[in-house]
Amino acid sequence: MKKENIPQDDAKLLEGKTRDLCYAVDENGNYTTGLSTGWDPKNAALQHSLDYFNERAEKVLEKVRAGKQSLLAYQMERRYMDVSLMADYMELTKRTVKRHMRPKYFDALDEETVARYAEILRIDPEELKKLPE
Amino acid sequence: MKLDFEHRQSAHCENGVSANLLKYYGIDVNEPLVFGIGAGLFFSYLPFIKVNHAPGSAFRTMPGLVFKRAAKNLGIQIFRKKYRSAEKAMRDLDKSLEQGLPVGLQVGVFHLTYFPDPYRFHFNAHNLVVYGKEGDEYLISDPVMETTTRLTRAEMKRVRFAKGIFSPKGQMYHPVNVPDSFDLKTAVRKGIKRTAKDMTKIPIPFFGVKGIRFLAKDIRKWQKKHGDKKAALYLAAVVRMQEEIGTGGAGFRFLYAAFLQEAAKILQIDELNELSTQMTQVGDLWREFALAASRIYKDRSKDPKGYDSAADLLVEIAAREEKIFTRLLKLV
Repeated sequence: MKKENIPQDDAKLLEGKTRDLCYAVDENGNYTTGLSTGWDPKNAALQHSLDYFNERAEKVLEKVRAGKQSLLAYQMERRYMDVSLMADYMELTKRTVKRHMRPKYFDALDEETVARYAEILRIDPEELKKLPE
Repeated sequence: MKLDFEHRQSAHCENGVSANLLKYYGIDVNEPLVFGIGAGLFFSYLPFIKVNHAPGSAFRTMPGLVFKRAAKNLGIQIFRKKYRSAEKAMRDLDKSLEQGLPVGLQVGVFHLTYFPDPYRFHFNAHNLVVYGKEGDEYLISDPVMETTTRLTRAEMKRVRFAKGIFSPKGQMYHPVNVPDSFDLKTAVRKGIKRTAKDMTKIPIPFFGVKGIRFLAKDIRKWQKKHGDKKAALYLAAVVRMQEEIGTGGAGFRFLYAAFLQEAAKILQIDELNELSTQMTQVGDLWREFALAASRIYKDRSKDPKGYDSAADLLVEIAAREEKIFTRLLKLV
């Protein structure tokens, strides 16, 4: 790749927080570096994976609406978290986390446990308690 | 308290941490050199290990190995410690800073507050340097970021004790016993030899050029075997690994080509420049592969020919890489 061809396809995935350092050759064929705001095939690959997870989360949300799963199950899916990872973070058994993914047990949780879940999921406790629009 | 540490942005976090830490200790190596001496380039395809619901692939060695090998090949001792207690891990970090030692840390990105949100997956093999503390905040040199950043003590504790695969367990490291002189030529030769061997000689089909061919073979079957949706997800996962922040483009191939140019100067072997050019061309082919793959997952193309043409590119790449590394093995 030539330096002038370092792609600048900004899809806002880096949120303006940084740019990606790329290696490329200059006009004399010597290696140098340049910054990239993104590249279309790469942006699309990440977006594709994010969409895939969102779609899975939407399916869980339908189950939440039908009263079959709890909001915890939905928020975990949104954060690509499976039962064993959440159990690890919460220092609970997988069985307990699985229970909390059902409405009956989740609704009975004390505030402190809900707050701990929320912190790990990077959301407000209220968000974990409220069905999204 | 702020140590006189120079933040140099790099393509990859571990290269950057290694190069910047070594520079602090007076060993002036840049990112391509660390990557080459540390034998960072690799390829593996592990279809039976699922990462985010897709088969695992990697364009580099295991996390931690670049620094370990670079230090070993340069004759530098490193201190590395994992922790059970988070409090002890934080105390040791503070102690190191008080002693004037900047340290490397392995962290998870899921809770890394300054990181772009779409990239905050459960990836636990990220590396950064802590070079100071002001009040409750640690001063961070994260090599993939353009500028230095900060984390509060609570945030720092959380990223050091992220959970899941490759959980960092508070891992902290820094060089000790840095020699006054070191043999750069031998280190470069050792690094090249290691990479060339790993890419061509491992007798199992998952690694090196064999792994690339294995992936090509599987890609031709994905659509039939798993359906359009999963096949597209699998392809996107490969491209993500190849082009993700930290590769320098084309799955580290451009970075390695840059290293070969440095190696040509250090070893005074002109042919390495020619091999660097060839490696750049292979990198361009990897980018063509990404482009071909993106037509499938982006435009939702269901034409089976798309999978075949992506696989054909990989077969070509494997042949060319095999030639380059076989030649490298003879040269050093």
